[in-house]
Amino acid sequence: MSLWVRHQVLEKNSILLIIGILLVITIGGVVEIAPLFYLKSTIEKVEGMRPYTPLELAGRNIYVREGCYLCHSQMIRTTRDEVERYGHYSLAAESVYDHPFQWGSKRTGPDLARVGGKYSDEWQVAHLVDPRSLVPQSVMPGYPFLASTELEPESVAEHMRTNRVVGVPYGDDQIEHAVADLRAQANPDDPGAGAFQKRYPKALARNFDGNPKVTEMDALVAYLQMLGTLIDFKLYDDKANLR
Amino acid sequence: MGASNPVAPKALTIGEGGLALALAAAALVCLVGAAKAQDAPFAFHAYLGAAASVAAVFAIFNRYFSRGPQLPPQQIGGKPNYQLGPIKLATALGVFWGIAGFLVGLWLALELAWPALNLDFAFTNFGRLRPLHTSAVIFAFGGNVLIATSFYVVQKTGRTRIAGDLAPWFVVLGYNFFIVIAGTGYLLGVTQAKEYAEPEWYADLWLTIVWVVYLLVFLGTLMKRKEPHIFVANWFYLAFIVTIAVLHLGNNPAVPVSVFGSKSYVVWAGVQDAMFQWWYGHNAVGFFLTAGFLGIMYYFVPKRAERPIYSYRLSIVHFWALIFLYIWAGPHHLHYTALPDWAQTLGMTFSIMLWMPSWGGMVNGLMTLSGAWDKLRTDPVLRMLVVSVAFYGMATFEGPMMSIKVVNSLSHYTDWTIGHVHSGALGWVGFVSFGAVYCLVPWLWGRKQLYSLKLVNWHFWIASIGIVLYVSAMWVSGILQGLMWRAYTSLGFLEYSFIETVEAMHPFYVIRALGGALFLIGALIMAYNLWMTVRVGEAEAAAPRAALQPAE
Repeated sequence: MSLWVRHQVLEKNSILLIIGILLVITIGGVVEIAPLFYLKSTIEKVEGMRPYTPLELAGRNIYVREGCYLCHSQMIRTTRDEVERYGHYSLAAESVYDHPFQWGSKRTGPDLARVGGKYSDEWQVAHLVDPRSLVPQSVMPGYPFLASTELEPESVAEHMRTNRVVGVPYGDDQIEHAVADLRAQANPDDPGAGAFQKRYPKALARNFDGNPKVTEMDALVAYLQMLGTLIDFKLYDDKANLR
Repeated sequence: MGASNPVAPKALTIGEGGLALALAAAALVCLVGAAKAQDAPFAFHAYLGAAASVAAVFAIFNRYFSRGPQLPPQQIGGKPNYQLGPIKLATALGVFWGIAGFLVGLWLALELAWPALNLDFAFTNFGRLRPLHTSAVIFAFGGNVLIATSFYVVQKTGRTRIAGDLAPWFVVLGYNFFIVIAGTGYLLGVTQAKEYAEPEWYADLWLTIVWVVYLLVFLGTLMKRKEPHIFVANWFYLAFIVTIAVLHLGNNPAVPVSVFGSKSYVVWAGVQDAMFQWWYGHNAVGFFLTAGFLGIMYYFVPKRAERPIYSYRLSIVHFWALIFLYIWAGPHHLHYTALPDWAQTLGMTFSIMLWMPSWGGMVNGLMTLSGAWDKLRTDPVLRMLVVSVAFYGMATFEGPMMSIKVVNSLSHYTDWTIGHVHSGALGWVGFVSFGAVYCLVPWLWGRKQLYSLKLVNWHFWIASIGIVLYVSAMWVSGILQGLMWRAYTSLGFLEYSFIETVEAMHPFYVIRALGGALFLIGALIMAYNLWMTVRVGEAEAAAPRAALQPAE
């Protein structure tokens, strides 16, 4: 019996056909995805990585909400020009707390993986409100409404708890003081500033948008200003995960 | 499910009663959700859900009171009594969503050329409109065309009425309700921020229910077919439906912050999330935009050309090779990233191999015209179908080429990708859909022919010029920008700042918008033509059309 005749079994039985399809489409996905959960290079721990502060997390959610990922990548590839333009190539470890990842697929605007600290807060705020006031050739939309929308901090603890469910290692202490920490990070004179710094060492705490209220602009700029700054690449050993 | 006893009194069927109950329960759940909602978009969607459920319950009872004691029979006069209602609706909605999606696409193209058009409101900005465009064209336009054609083809090639009584209606209406939830969600900032999988957790759950019913209806119809063989087109439809279900479930598991709120966090993170996303994303292309539409090709091209499929064996090889290889191709979206090298290389290798089954499909489609090539001169609908297959061949050559790492290092992150996607989307998916709809509408509404073949011709040429302008503008802008990013001066410094490369894109963005406008005009001509076909077209004589011969 030739193969063509044998194939008629599948052509005449819809259940066998569907089983055949399922088998055939499963293989590739399993081979490519399953190892990523245990290979060293994809689950490496790198000194300096920490979960987002409450304010940064809120800022990241605004980044997600506005669809920034559709024009900005957060993934510096290992090519000479990218490393010279944007900085050290991105590590898997740097997006380990990112639910979802925001690597992006298009650079209508530049990569943002290491934008933190490259511009002042004032520049970021003015640029977000009206990009062409600073960069006349820019095609980016303006986001003036972020500066006038107050952040609703109450739910942030719930957000952190949900992140913990999906694997982000927030401590009880961090979740308990989430709202206080959020306010403290946006106001350097806040009485909770010291406790915040203890829970998130080296995190930037300042009034990001210059407005005494905690706005969505504060949150987004806090997020942008920490992007790519957690790992000190003078100390990073890129051979540690080779084998 | 019709009772066979002629004296049985009229009663609600289990399907009618069960679905009405389920929908009434859904309405209650939605109302509770609306009352306890944590955010305004969730409340809005819950109210929409409640309203839609109540309307559906009303529609079920309305039909019950106006129908006879028996459900429509399976056969009339020894011929299958095909159910065309849901197909008509899905076809009409497909055309509507297509035009809406093209319009949003045009608006986005204009925003990129003249950014002041963003208007700087949240819901008019590029970032929120872009998912609206992609979902409208892929899932709303493409999805409705796929549902319509698959329901048509599976009935005709099995010579049997579709399985289920209300289920096909549930699939069409439920799917379009999902689209409304997804689309309005994007405008309100409700998104998972995973490309082509932006709808949030509750929309994903609803889609899962609808999709399972879709699979059951399709499979049920296959099982009650009167033909011994399952026709080739149905293999592709089946692979599309099953695989999309697997991809949807794999990519979207998420934990909502509150069951009364719209925001959720996907369980995958970082590099694993990236791999899941592009395993999903590339196979949304492979199974939604390719396998499904190949199903269309395998029915409508032979039908319109009145020729048998060129090679049955080629279709067997092409089918299994295509679905096996496609699933591996995802990592080519992640070249030179933090994804391990071996996975990138695997993705590239399988993407290059994928060229072969893709062209096997193209050859099978094109050669089906053997002996009927002259029809291209006289039948613009067939021309549209054939050109779509040619575009399929072009896009599936370009894709493997772009998946090669060194090519990808230039093309990735640039407009070249956008151009590639659109040569596939406008040329292949768009044209094969238009061709199928031009065939379907006269068949569904019992018209002798289309209102005007001349208008089809206009549609064809205007849209074709639009595609050429669009794709070539994106090739030039993509390659130009990629080269500018990596250009060095003689002293070894990067030659261009990023913004200089943005500035260089402007003329191409204008040309692209022009191409998009032409494509939209073509679709508007089609909508007018179809509308007039239904309204004033000459009714078809009652002569039965011969059923398609089963392939041996």
